[in-house]
Amino acid sequence: MKNLDELRKLRDEARQVLDQRGGKQRVRVTVCMGTCGIAAGARDTMRAFMDELAAAGLGDVAVTAAGCAGFCEKEPLVEIEIKDEKPVRYGHVDPAAVRRIVREHLVQGKIVSDLMFA
Amino acid sequence: MKAKPRAYVMVSVDANTVVIGAREVKNRLAAEIGLRGLGDEVRVVETGSFGSVSAGVVAAVMPDGIVYGHLTVGSIARLVEEHFVKGRPVREWILPGEHPLPDPETADARQLQHFGRIVLDNCGRIDPDSIDESIANDGYFALGKALTEMTPAAVIDGVKASCLRGRGGAGFPTGLKWSFCAKEVADIKYVICNADEGEPGTFKDRLIMEGDPHKVIEGMALCGYAIGATQGYIYIRGEYRLSIERMRAAIDAARRHGLLGRKILGSGFDFDIDIKIGAGAYVCGEETALIESMEGKRGLPRVKPPFPAQKGFRGKPTNVNNVETLASVPFIIHHGAEAFRAIGAAGMPGTKVYTILGHIARPGLIEVPTSVTLRDVLEDYAGGMRPGAFKMAQLGGTAGEILAPEMLDVPLNADALAKTGHTLGSGAILFMNESVGVCDFLHACIKFFAHESCGNCNPCRNGMAVLLELTARLKAGKGYPGDVELMEELVMGMKSIAFCPLGQSPAAPVLSALRYFRSEVRAGIDPDAIRPNPEHTLRTLLQLAG
Repeated sequence: MKNLDELRKLRDEARQVLDQRGGKQRVRVTVCMGTCGIAAGARDTMRAFMDELAAAGLGDVAVTAAGCAGFCEKEPLVEIEIKDEKPVRYGHVDPAAVRRIVREHLVQGKIVSDLMFA
Repeated sequence: MKAKPRAYVMVSVDANTVVIGAREVKNRLAAEIGLRGLGDEVRVVETGSFGSVSAGVVAAVMPDGIVYGHLTVGSIARLVEEHFVKGRPVREWILPGEHPLPDPETADARQLQHFGRIVLDNCGRIDPDSIDESIANDGYFALGKALTEMTPAAVIDGVKASCLRGRGGAGFPTGLKWSFCAKEVADIKYVICNADEGEPGTFKDRLIMEGDPHKVIEGMALCGYAIGATQGYIYIRGEYRLSIERMRAAIDAARRHGLLGRKILGSGFDFDIDIKIGAGAYVCGEETALIESMEGKRGLPRVKPPFPAQKGFRGKPTNVNNVETLASVPFIIHHGAEAFRAIGAAGMPGTKVYTILGHIARPGLIEVPTSVTLRDVLEDYAGGMRPGAFKMAQLGGTAGEILAPEMLDVPLNADALAKTGHTLGSGAILFMNESVGVCDFLHACIKFFAHESCGNCNPCRNGMAVLLELTARLKAGKGYPGDVELMEELVMGMKSIAFCPLGQSPAAPVLSALRYFRSEVRAGIDPDAIRPNPEHTLRTLLQLAG
């Protein structure tokens, strides 16, 4: 590093990782991963979320897993919580549905009503 | 763009957890996560101490903020299966009340600690082996500010204005110490970081170096810039293997990033750091003995003056500071002396790092403002006495004073303690309940000093042997009449004429014990016992040795 500006640049890049870890994200995506969820393909759903979020360049999103929510026939089940908004639940979320949720709901801010569960 | 991990498991690998298998747990965790195909989703990170020393191997899952304790290699398969595959935290392994990033509105004092931290703010939150994570939290920005906006004199003025005082035990004003070395003219000057932490019960410097090594490096570089030194050494005791490993890695990373070496950040300032490993002699914590040891000689204290600021390492001007002192400096330069003075007590502002241990519910590592009292530490941070009730506490390691219940409300800083005739010491607080006998305790302290006495001067060498005998007699209830007075005279004499602080040390525990628990010590005297040999006094001891 040759000067303070380079140090600043490195700091700002490195901060993104720490912010991700810090849990202060604006959006929280929870994938239900009980036995029922995993059997219905929640692992692929989870992976698809991570890939789509990275592709869309969305950094301010936490992706977490949760257990069975009690609606096994609707799995894979996903909950999207955006700060200061009501949480939205989607059912039967396969990787194709993930793409729509990320593009329409998270990027454009429009709830994907035909995938909505509750 | 590559997907970022969605979760991080921060495994605390520090002096306490590494011996109970933290590395193995971490490796197993990473392997298991890989095995379950979660390698891209969940990242395992090694970090410093979380502050608790009684919860086994601890790990925090972020961003969830769940802290698990008492982890073993055997528990990993279930943890990964439940938490990461199925998304169900394993309740029975969660440490209640622990959160690495507590909510300021609901957290209790102990959890809130992180908000007021200066030295340990990154400890347990970043990977100490990653310079990027240090930089993300403003690491090296104080150095950047000093090199681009401040003159060396301004840095010293800043440290002076902050009223920072040495955290190694003596409490000498740091800015003043720096100014002594700064005014010397020499072809080379040295900065030495004293990490020869040998005081029994004190292991705060170790946890600082293990949790945030870059802060120590930055503090040393700032000192080097301020006093005109180009070479730094960290003198680490040999037993601190993890500290040595992490400091080494951090120095290498800083060099690679151009934050150590020539023309740092495009300025004209050159500075580099090397590590010297100590061989485990208590006396080498004394700065001149430390310098002797660094020169390859036996660790014996030097005659002062000349002080190290004039003639130190290899006869050149040298500034020696404790790890915690140096680690406090980046905050002062980055945020200003005012911000530092706003924390803690007026005469000794800032924070103090302690290892707290003994009969308490939560032994561990804490950093608190210098305005808190012993009672605050006991009730808010230590979780109260367990088992039993408070009888006494030893403040500052074995060379520290014993405080009785009436001292519970005195703030823990040099000024407030001096008013009551006490000193702060090096950063350990040992809490004891009524099961500990004062004579037994004194004997244990003296045993340590007798073992560590370097033998250089007669009052320490012979005095310790006599003290050992005296305390052994008293604890067995076989003291001779007059033993208490003899002990008092001896330690006072040693305090005034011993060559270095080691020989002066027994005075602190012995005199404070007599101040608060004289009748209990006297109870160790057998009134019918007849002294077989003439009384040892300081005078006879010195005559014996010629």
